[in-house]
Amino acid sequence: MPIDPVRRRMMKGLASCGVAALSCGIARRAFAAADADFALREIADGVFAFQGVNELMHPENEGAICNLGVVVGADAVAVIDSGGSLVEAQAFIDAIAEVTAKPVRYLINTHVHPDHIFGNAAFQALGPEIVGHQNLPAALEARGEYYLRSYREQLGAKLMEGIKIVPPTLLVDDTLELDLGGRVLELKAWEAAHTDNDLTVLDPSSGTFFAGDLVFMGHLPTIDGSLLGWLRQMDALAAVDARRVVPGHGPISSEWPAALEPERRYFEALAADLRQAIKEGTPLAEAVKTAGRSEAPNWALFDDYNERNATAAYAELEWE
Amino acid sequence: MRSNIFCKLRRSVAALLFAAAAGGVLVFAGPAAAQQSMAGSEKIWNALKGDVLGDRPILLDTGLIRIEAPKRAQDAALVPVDIYIDPAKAAGVKTVTMVIDVNPAPVAATFQLGRDSGVTHLATRVRVNDYSWLRVIAETDSGELHMSQTFVKASGGCSAPAVKNSKEALASMGQMKLRQFAPPKESMTKAQELQLMIRHPNNSGLQRDPLTQYFIPAHFVQNLSISQGDRLILSMEGGISISEDPNFRFDFAVHGTDDIQVEAVDTDGKVFTDKWPLDPTGL
Repeated sequence: MPIDPVRRRMMKGLASCGVAALSCGIARRAFAAADADFALREIADGVFAFQGVNELMHPENEGAICNLGVVVGADAVAVIDSGGSLVEAQAFIDAIAEVTAKPVRYLINTHVHPDHIFGNAAFQALGPEIVGHQNLPAALEARGEYYLRSYREQLGAKLMEGIKIVPPTLLVDDTLELDLGGRVLELKAWEAAHTDNDLTVLDPSSGTFFAGDLVFMGHLPTIDGSLLGWLRQMDALAAVDARRVVPGHGPISSEWPAALEPERRYFEALAADLRQAIKEGTPLAEAVKTAGRSEAPNWALFDDYNERNATAAYAELEWE
Repeated sequence: MRSNIFCKLRRSVAALLFAAAAGGVLVFAGPAAAQQSMAGSEKIWNALKGDVLGDRPILLDTGLIRIEAPKRAQDAALVPVDIYIDPAKAAGVKTVTMVIDVNPAPVAATFQLGRDSGVTHLATRVRVNDYSWLRVIAETDSGELHMSQTFVKASGGCSAPAVKNSKEALASMGQMKLRQFAPPKESMTKAQELQLMIRHPNNSGLQRDPLTQYFIPAHFVQNLSISQGDRLILSMEGGISISEDPNFRFDFAVHGTDDIQVEAVDTDGKVFTDKWPLDPTGL
């Protein structure tokens, strides 16, 4: 892809001198304070990714906890997820401008969670088609207002300023191809797993698979759709023809499909513990305190999310 | 019976409108929610309790009834709640009302206990929208009100008090499952435990249809009765904040060998019924 490395270096130089920050106003300065270089890394020819930190969203990380992606075609650009705040999204937009001057034609939302979509409003000015799973509008409707309210506490009122729920304009009910000019992305809408609105993006020309939160590495997976659905689709996921994966959380260029194994192992351990507890008649409130704990050493944020996963999974598994 | 339900529903609507107004105030109160919400929750309750319980005095923490819930909700859509009634006084308890102050419709459910039902423990799961007091109020035959309360912090992260798998929720609606657990070996009573599970989205409404922009009406199990033969064990009215796939686990005193029968009616008027033979061995 025709990316001018000199131009990129120059832009980064300007940003670190604070010149670009001044021209971009408060939002850019805020991100610059936390992370002087919004590191967009080229992981394949014309394919870029940003790696979020394995943390909960909070004011210091400015919501930048999930991975984001950019694919540049001959005519246009597709962006995968918008980030967890407008501050992060603006830094992302600036970083995209440093690597390509082509228009952002598509913003793809991999699912409903705030760390992936709170940046949507910042992209509206660029006028992209916003692409989502066919279940995304209903999920945004059911959860959007709640997220806007509940995240005020977690992110702080200042970072929440201007964040709004921006629904998709183009829906995917099964598969969809997006032509960026000489480069066709393959989108796939999955059955309920991480959420009931998981959408993935495959760039066959580089063999890069943007898995959204269907793949977690390092960061404990969170179950907000269906554990059984996720397990049922593991083999179909592993069969995606790619060389590398950009997981929703974790190292942005990981070997595929080996990247799936840690989460598969966690899900199986969690399900086995819960099935045993359900069989023995152990109530939910008690069972969730111990289920899956053997996996604790293997994951960041285990204590933040394991009990919640166990709670959702218990309620699902007791119907087996 | 019917007018009673209607009256309760009308109350719920009034409560809902009130909470929406109060919620607006909370939203603009700013980010220091943790400390303010205990007071905010209390404020909602103080405005609400007359409507729910009348002017009678409410006796707090008398030991007649007790509520337990996690201090922090792990999953906002599935918060386990345990209600315990003093076995020595359980026979005199007529109804148990559960209130979640900050929810869109704070009165989550009212349970009626059957005569000599022997119910001393009831576990269920609820949606909790924000930092809130969860309260249970027992009304005795003599008209006394006894309350127990516990404060639940809202869950962090991306969990939400909403349906997780909307397609599945509708496809399997109305299925029921009953589990029976034998009494603990050391127990001298005939109390046995039942767990009733009902497939239902139990959607509390207040969401718009993304296509039509009309509000989707609340759709939940609003009437439930669980009996052994023709003896009522437990019934429920309301149910708007009960989690998706309503789930009730409770002990009860076995009387004879009649079947366990369940009837559930949702807000669309759909009636779901099922029955199971009593299994005294449990598990």
